[in-house]
Amino acid sequence: MTDASMHSSAPRKPKTSLHQLDARTRKRNASEARFKMYGRIAILIGLSFLAVLAFTIVRSGTPAFTRTVVEVDFSLNTTEFNASEKELFKTKAYQKLFNASLQKQLTDSGVQVAFDEAALQRILGKVGGTIREYYRENQNDLGKDIAFSLPASSRVDGYFNGRVTRDTLEDSRFLKATDLDLVDALHDAGILKSAFNWTFITGADSGVDNPGGAGIGASVVGSFYMMLVVLFLSLPIGVAASIYLEEFAPQNRFTDLIEVNISNLAAVPSIVFGILGLAVFIQFMHLPQSAPLVGGLVLTLMTLPTIIISTRASLKSVPPSIRDAALGVGASKMQAVFHHVLPLAMPGILTGTIIGLAQALGETAPLLLIGMVGFVARGYPDGLLDGFVEPNSAMPAQIYTWAARADSSFYDKAWGGIIILLLFLLTMNIIAIILRRRFERRW
Amino acid sequence: MPLLWLFLIVLGIAAAGYVLGRIRALQSAGGDSRDLHSLPSYYGSNVALKAAIPALFLLVIWLLAQPFYINSVVSEMIPDTVVPESSSRGLVMAEVRRTAEGLENAIGAGLLDEDFVNNARADVTDITQRLKDAGQIITSQITQPVLRAAQEYRSMNLAGRRYMAIGVIGLALLGAIWGFRETTKDFRARNVVENAIRALLIAAASIAVLTTLGIVLSLIFNTYEFFKLYSWTDFFFGTKWAPSFSGRGGLSELGVLPLLWGTFYISVVALIVAVPVGLFSAIYLSEYASSKTRSVAKPLLELLAGIPTIVYGLFALLTVGPLLVSVFGKDGLGWMQAGTAVMTAGLVMGVMLIPFVSSLSDDIINAVPQSMRDGSYGLGATQSETIKQVVLPAALPGIVGAVLLAASRAIGETMIVVLGAGAAARLSMNPFDAMTTVTAKIVSQLTGDADFASPEALVAFALGMTLFVLTLGLNVFALFIVRKYREQYE
Repeated sequence: MTDASMHSSAPRKPKTSLHQLDARTRKRNASEARFKMYGRIAILIGLSFLAVLAFTIVRSGTPAFTRTVVEVDFSLNTTEFNASEKELFKTKAYQKLFNASLQKQLTDSGVQVAFDEAALQRILGKVGGTIREYYRENQNDLGKDIAFSLPASSRVDGYFNGRVTRDTLEDSRFLKATDLDLVDALHDAGILKSAFNWTFITGADSGVDNPGGAGIGASVVGSFYMMLVVLFLSLPIGVAASIYLEEFAPQNRFTDLIEVNISNLAAVPSIVFGILGLAVFIQFMHLPQSAPLVGGLVLTLMTLPTIIISTRASLKSVPPSIRDAALGVGASKMQAVFHHVLPLAMPGILTGTIIGLAQALGETAPLLLIGMVGFVARGYPDGLLDGFVEPNSAMPAQIYTWAARADSSFYDKAWGGIIILLLFLLTMNIIAIILRRRFERRW
Repeated sequence: MPLLWLFLIVLGIAAAGYVLGRIRALQSAGGDSRDLHSLPSYYGSNVALKAAIPALFLLVIWLLAQPFYINSVVSEMIPDTVVPESSSRGLVMAEVRRTAEGLENAIGAGLLDEDFVNNARADVTDITQRLKDAGQIITSQITQPVLRAAQEYRSMNLAGRRYMAIGVIGLALLGAIWGFRETTKDFRARNVVENAIRALLIAAASIAVLTTLGIVLSLIFNTYEFFKLYSWTDFFFGTKWAPSFSGRGGLSELGVLPLLWGTFYISVVALIVAVPVGLFSAIYLSEYASSKTRSVAKPLLELLAGIPTIVYGLFALLTVGPLLVSVFGKDGLGWMQAGTAVMTAGLVMGVMLIPFVSSLSDDIINAVPQSMRDGSYGLGATQSETIKQVVLPAALPGIVGAVLLAASRAIGETMIVVLGAGAAARLSMNPFDAMTTVTAKIVSQLTGDADFASPEALVAFALGMTLFVLTLGLNVFALFIVRKYREQYE
């Protein structure tokens, strides 16, 4: 009986099995996988933006570091020099000699091309003046073979890095499509080649019609002076403020006010600091416009909250036992802080300062308001101290100036400037990381 | 640079005071430093501080006050008749200053001599010509009263500088003598020095307050000036932004609404990009990613936050803009006129804000205790269900705070919109139209050649005030939400 009844009730087919997922579980698992996928996609989106940005910067920025030059061996003897100097149109005489020598060089290398003097002038500019200038200054070189390396116009640069093509080129007084034949011929003959563009690294800003001669050197100097001001003001003031707030401040209204202020200042848009700089430093105190000193003061105020916040964190990380030990052997509170806590917190403070400086270095908006925009980085400052008060630009402001110009040849320069700016930022951040790795203590 | 010299002289007096004070203290104790109340260096520091601090304080105050005094005296010298109807006293004063500077520079370059400058009463044309020859910037023909005022200005400036030097050095010496005389072996030098240092620390901490005060005051005063020239109802409720440029005449229409709309629209686009991407990255990094992935991906994402905004601006102008035009422009869908548009600026700004949202949310999600997750797993929830139903609700106030902070960042962002959003202020719903923002207009109104007293320039301060109030309000609101709704875990 029992057997029979057991048989009859036997293997009832189970509704669910652990080996087979039911619809609901499958749905839940799918939603789990989907959710995880969203996360992956989000990270990928973020990283791909970074990759695209990096790629764009490198691809668009590298042309700024090369330029096309025409290398011509040229010699001039004393009689030719004297004869040319006697002519009425002196530079024209030199130009003629130069053209002859260039033509000879072309035929020597076996390249056949219609030689067009006007085209050459569009490609190279007025060479005669350059040559005359050189020989007037170096008369000893008369009669020797000199290799002149003459920069080609920025449109020829554009032809070699793909910005200008035969199809898109519109004939203008700057360059005609037919000139490109001559350019190609010169290139084949090995006379026209790319060279590293030192002018871009060391030069100053050029006028709006000369993108080839624009350089970022002067504005690097401007940025350097600003960073000096920021460093020498914000580090002592920031450290002093943090020491007070962290070690001495009593809990009262005034301390609260300062704390709220600092955290709010960190969130104030940078352009508002520019307004402050304009109103207080330039309108009210009559400090010079566009001067790195004023830029440095504005950036100091912007950097202070960053430095105060990181300094307080590193002061806080020094364990109280250090203070207690110092107080225990008879140090005053001031001595305990300045002789023991501060040196131990120093690596953290320096790291925070470098990061704050890096932020300040890349800041643009406030600099526009105090006049560091437009054609201000004309040259290097005259003296060591004049660098603080003479009108100058800063790297990011210079990049903005180039980006705002109508001639698209300046865009290369802007991207190139960004590469230089990012190299500086990278160096500063790496120094900060190394400092942190080497000196940070774990208590 | 005489100012630097003055500074160095004061420091020199302080250094000498330090040495002398130390020696005197040791002498008073008969050479045995154990008899002194404090360490010998404190006696030296006491003298040095007393020499340097009051003198430098006087220097700063004098430098700030002198221009005001001279300006007010000289400006009274100019009779009302000289001020032309179309200009103001301030403009005439600017000319006086320029002339004085020109005279100074010409003397410095050796082109004019001192006597000629001070006595050139009669020959105004001659001095104008001479200044022009010397390469000094003179706007117009110098008039007799302006020249006289400039001479007065210059001589008062020189005298002021001289008195300042005497006063500062005298004060430094007096302070040093005072500190030196009170130095005896029983003098509590350490306490005095420490109190002074403490005062300096407090002064440093107060600079934050002073900065805020400076921002608020400079905004309020100039905004007040602006509203004297332009009615505030037109500013706040005007729907048209059309400043007239200097010299062209005509009245400006300076309504803030189109700018606010542009700011708002661009920020919304930016947040639509940044919030989902940032939030999901934060969730993935904190809940799913292995520690190895996390250690690579997190710093890489945060790299996006370290890139200066000018780089993003250029990226918007030269890469994203043309790309969008090729898709939505004339050759594509035909919605877009030019590369600069709300979409361009919004997208790029969104990229910039991704790390901002993700790292803030990451911290907040990590702060949710593990026990809550374990409880949810114990009830049979999957990981994503746990995140959606337990972790995110617990972290919500913090995440809202992070989004609000990101919004305040977006509103205050300048370079991306200056380069990427265009310059036309308009009220339009099309995200492919060029619009402009409050920050972009602050830059364009203040970098032009408009005169500072005109409503076209002063409006920038009213815009700055609007921006400051908006961002501050958002920040305070974000903090309020975080504080009020935060769960306390122990």
